[in-house]
Amino acid sequence: MQRNDLDVATDTSTVDSRAEPANRSGLEIRDLSITFGGHTAVDRVSCAFHAGTLTSIVGPNGAGKTTLFNLISGQLNATAGSVRLFDEDITALGAPARADKGLGRAFQLTNLFPGLTALENVRLAVASRYRIGHIFWQMAARRRDISDRAAAYLEQVNLGKRADTPVANLPHGDQRKLEVALLLALEPEVFMFDEPTAGMSVDEVPVILDLIADIKKHQNKIILLVEHKMDVVRSLSDRIVVLHNGELVADGEPAQVIASPVVQQVYLGTSPDQPAAAGSAVS
Amino acid sequence: MNRLFSGDYPRSRLLSAALLLIFLALALGPFLFDGIRTFSMLGMMCVFIIVVASYDLMLGYTHIVSFAHTMFFGIGAYGIAIASDHYGSGYGALFAGIVGALLASVLLSLLLGLLSLRVKAIFFALVTLAVAFAFLSLVTQLYNVTGGEDGLAVRSPRELGPAFRPFDFQVPGFNIFGFLVAAVSSPGEIGQAFQEALFSVRLSGRHLTYYITFVTMVAIFFFLLRMVNSPFGRVLQAIRENEFRAQALGYRTVLYRTAVVVVSALLATVAGILFALLNRYVNPENTLNFELMIFILLMCVIGGMGTLYGAVIGTVLFLLAQNYLQDLLKQLDALVPADTLIAELINPDRWLLWFGLLFILSVYFFPSGIVGQLRIWSAKRSSGQD
Repeated sequence: MQRNDLDVATDTSTVDSRAEPANRSGLEIRDLSITFGGHTAVDRVSCAFHAGTLTSIVGPNGAGKTTLFNLISGQLNATAGSVRLFDEDITALGAPARADKGLGRAFQLTNLFPGLTALENVRLAVASRYRIGHIFWQMAARRRDISDRAAAYLEQVNLGKRADTPVANLPHGDQRKLEVALLLALEPEVFMFDEPTAGMSVDEVPVILDLIADIKKHQNKIILLVEHKMDVVRSLSDRIVVLHNGELVADGEPAQVIASPVVQQVYLGTSPDQPAAAGSAVS
Repeated sequence: MNRLFSGDYPRSRLLSAALLLIFLALALGPFLFDGIRTFSMLGMMCVFIIVVASYDLMLGYTHIVSFAHTMFFGIGAYGIAIASDHYGSGYGALFAGIVGALLASVLLSLLLGLLSLRVKAIFFALVTLAVAFAFLSLVTQLYNVTGGEDGLAVRSPRELGPAFRPFDFQVPGFNIFGFLVAAVSSPGEIGQAFQEALFSVRLSGRHLTYYITFVTMVAIFFFLLRMVNSPFGRVLQAIRENEFRAQALGYRTVLYRTAVVVVSALLATVAGILFALLNRYVNPENTLNFELMIFILLMCVIGGMGTLYGAVIGTVLFLLAQNYLQDLLKQLDALVPADTLIAELINPDRWLLWFGLLFILSVYFFPSGIVGQLRIWSAKRSSGQD
């Protein structure tokens, strides 16, 4: 595992307890489906995601992007299909076990521990990553390695000065950044960002985008991104997957996918022979 | 000191002073308060601090509402009582009772935790309620084993009973409460009040049992303080705050919640064992009663949930009110004319009414419990807002 500028510059005695995957063939979903009542929210979606690649999942509202994320990270159980991570079938595993295997997830709606401070939030993620959550005989405050690592992740998202602020008192933009810090602190094999910049002010957005770009550049990880801002998608993505009504309608390189007539039709609601409308929507 | 308190200090001068006072009162209690009633109450304070603190671990730190805590308390008490009933008053019987009770608690709490903690909180509470009532019925009906509603007398080893007198000499005691009352009511006769406050204590096995209970209580309190301030304790707080997110971070929350239920049940069982040794009599009324469960809940809430120190404050205040409110009303009743509305209201038989009123007022004025409120005031003072 190559260390880089995203890694925390702290001398830690913590043992890396997650084994390096023997085979880095990545994350693969096959015929993944889920039905709520009579409605199929995700319909037989098959896709493979490879290390070192950032894949954006786009589609209109209600297309099933977040549901697909929930199926991959284990928050929802698939009605049919399978999820494989590094050639291991993880379909039957719950969310905690999948996180343990290296699937890290940041949520679209801020989902934190409101009564705890920002630092304690990140420390929980670091403690999970290094599997020390079961230790009941040692003071948490004495684990300087965990605290330093957590503090460094807070610095990365420009929240170093807010470390001791209870999350409930943080402004929305800072809570979004903290959501990303928790994901970084998990040091996952698969980064899943669900609209990471939603609700952020214009000057805060670059911090998060630079972080994602750094992960992509320096770490050989699988990155999945759900994002509505097409300029962000175009600038970061190696590949775009388009969902519509729960079905995968396009999958390929950004330029190729955006130019695709099918995508123009289902995602933008226009055909390619209406360049003005299409052009403004994707830029 | 930092290690002993696991970095989690009272964070309020008033609270620190109150805790120190309680600690000294419990540590020196047999030599500071005269009378068997007060001695019994001090023992019950030690026992219920364990019970309430272990309940706080579940309720305050993990948001698990259980109505089966008295069941585990009862398992401890009945474990000792049944063992002594069957095997006599030797150490073998005591050991068998302790091991049997702890094993039964581990098995039952493990089963309860693993089977029920997957369901929503309200259903878990209902399951524990049903199990606790079933256990109470079982104990009441198994007359041959448990003594039914009559209960069982506990025959502890001689060294833990009143007949054991290790020393021939007597230890001097000073009735601090009696002295203060006399000094305030007759300031001119302090010398006489001092003389009257002196009493002598003949050390017996009861004192040994009391101090075993006291030391166990202090050890368990600091153990729990360490636990809630450990990485494990942080995960419990995360589960309390947002279980869904804790799972997404990789924590198998069912296992953590089950572990908390088991630890809490074990400590309640230890408290039950100590209760049986101190009280020397066990029946469904004093161990498994639903009213007792509500009292434990009240002690936890009044003191302040999720603080542990609240267990100490809540238990002491509750037991003081329970034991002395009736006496206070008796004194007040004597001061007002009979057959008036006020006399009716402050009739000593109405002590529960006033007790309930005090509880409502405490919840109204201290929504985060006494400890929580004291900490809020202290934080405001130190930040200069007050």
